[in-house]
Amino acid sequence: MDLKNKKVTLHDMSLRDGMHAKQHQISLDEMVSIATGLDQAGIPLIEVTHGDGLGGSSLNYGFPAHTDEEYLSAVIPKMTQAKVSALLIPGIGTVDHLKMAYDHGVSTIRVATHCTEADVSQQHISAARKMGLDTVGFLMMGHMISPEELVAQAKLMESYGANCIYCTDSAGYMLPDDVKARIGLFRSELHKDTEIGFHGHHNLGMSIPNSLAALEMGASRIDGSVAGLGAGAGNTPLEVFTAVLDRMGANHGIDLYKIMDVAEDLVTPMMDQPIRIDRNSLTLGYAGVYSSFLLFAERAEKKYGVPARDILLELGRLKTVGGQEDMIDDTAMTMAKALKAGKA
Amino acid sequence: MKKIKCALIGSGNIGTDLLYKLQRSDILEPVWMVGIDPDSEGLARARELGIKTTADGIDGLIPHIEADEIKIAFDATSAYVHAENSAKVNEKGVLMIDLTPAAIGPFCVPPVNLSQLNSDIKNVNMVTCGGQATIPMVAAVSRVQPVEYGEIVATVSSKSVGPGTRQNIDEFTRTTSGAVEEVGGAKKGKAIIIINPAEPPLLMRDTIHCLTETTPDQEAITESVLQMISEVQKYVPGYKLKNGPVFDGRKVSIFLEVEGLGDYLPKYAGNLDIMTASAARTAEMFAQQMLDNTQPDSQN
Repeated sequence: MDLKNKKVTLHDMSLRDGMHAKQHQISLDEMVSIATGLDQAGIPLIEVTHGDGLGGSSLNYGFPAHTDEEYLSAVIPKMTQAKVSALLIPGIGTVDHLKMAYDHGVSTIRVATHCTEADVSQQHISAARKMGLDTVGFLMMGHMISPEELVAQAKLMESYGANCIYCTDSAGYMLPDDVKARIGLFRSELHKDTEIGFHGHHNLGMSIPNSLAALEMGASRIDGSVAGLGAGAGNTPLEVFTAVLDRMGANHGIDLYKIMDVAEDLVTPMMDQPIRIDRNSLTLGYAGVYSSFLLFAERAEKKYGVPARDILLELGRLKTVGGQEDMIDDTAMTMAKALKAGKA
Repeated sequence: MKKIKCALIGSGNIGTDLLYKLQRSDILEPVWMVGIDPDSEGLARARELGIKTTADGIDGLIPHIEADEIKIAFDATSAYVHAENSAKVNEKGVLMIDLTPAAIGPFCVPPVNLSQLNSDIKNVNMVTCGGQATIPMVAAVSRVQPVEYGEIVATVSSKSVGPGTRQNIDEFTRTTSGAVEEVGGAKKGKAIIIINPAEPPLLMRDTIHCLTETTPDQEAITESVLQMISEVQKYVPGYKLKNGPVFDGRKVSIFLEVEGLGDYLPKYAGNLDIMTASAARTAEMFAQQMLDNTQPDSQN
């Protein structure tokens, strides 16, 4: 694979996807110190919001320590070169939230839908584009449909005005060939000026090979997270990926020592649990389940006595999609009732 | 027995399902269906069922309202055109029942506030499918004790979500969260909608979380919830409690499944069935009042 001098834009997720792993409790001081470290390390784009995006604050996903407004207004003024992005999932957040993020100075809006439902993003993508924002269409759980079906959805988002389209492996299920097939088709079917991105999770240990496969096939933006802080077994660990890109001679623009230090000195010490591939996060990748279900399933195990792994497998069998966190308690209760009836 | 004559505006899935329900009513008689595409399946089906049709939109209906004694119209088009449709039929003295999320008239969730609606209103809004399914539960909690915050999550099958909802999904979240407050009685409301493309399509699922101001009275809330479920089941038999109410501190969570009757829409589309069933039930109440008011001079 030749990535020599290839321009790669790294997008940090630790302050958004990482919110899942922190149950949305990252403090303003932690946000600012990590974002400042990333800014100094040369990371060009940093995502900041509730884990479930703008408007994600809820009983269903968890109330955050601070509002999206508070996080954005704490971080954005402190940035010297980095830009800040916000995620918006239609059905959870609205154009009102988008306007708020714009007023607070975000440069990029990423509108996320389940991979088959791109047409719910039209009003948000076109509004973001009209505001002159870098507008990204973010197709989640991209493993659930074929590359051909996925590119059809990507074209919808492109037609609404997105200038960059992501293939998102929300479940950490994809293998490098899955990524190649999807990104390759994006590159050949989308407009040549449309950027392509890849967002990985590390549940099967594939986040780095998958991100490389995406670059090889024409992606130019790669999501990752310092120290991997993210849902499930985490995102592509950015300091590791930076080292790999460096070895391959890619043009990433990051100071390797500085990003290593952010990972080691700032992010790892604030983790509530190790972000690693254990039997539960491995099950996410194996069964193709949305990574942020992990901690919910572990809590349901404690509450209802059904193993988290079994709950996650069942949620995979039920073909649940991102956002259906309410199904975790519901399914665990139903499984607990069945276990009880079986024993009686 | 005399029936109140009705017109359906919109010949899509909702309009057609509603047509089937109105045809079963003892006091409502569907007479007209309004579309905009002369070749639409919905209009063809309506004609087969003996309904008069026009493909000229609302203006194709207006000249016939008086001659055909239309008293109630249902709008199953979109929020964008609803205001115009409503103004035009209101001018002819026709009551508008709004199945779009336009929400220009008061909200109606039948088991919660149908009986409180003023009989002289001219436009009543059916909130959204998610609102019809979940607001009875918020109200079931808030009638026991004050609810500081009510949140609903409606998960519907991809096949049951039409292009109108997709183009304006924000309207769904705004209208529903507004009605969680106004009708459900929560001081603050939030609504989330999730679309799931699984095959075979999943039945509508709804989760309702309430934060009560004080420690929840578990026994009274459970009883109130069960009683409200049986009220909804009177017009949506497939409305079922899956789990709960679950109590966790001040949080009360209720998990529901809604299976449709399968009139025209498939059974998984409980979200659409609960809209058409609620609209028909609302219309029946107003129709009954109209009949009661006219009875003395129509006994011949």
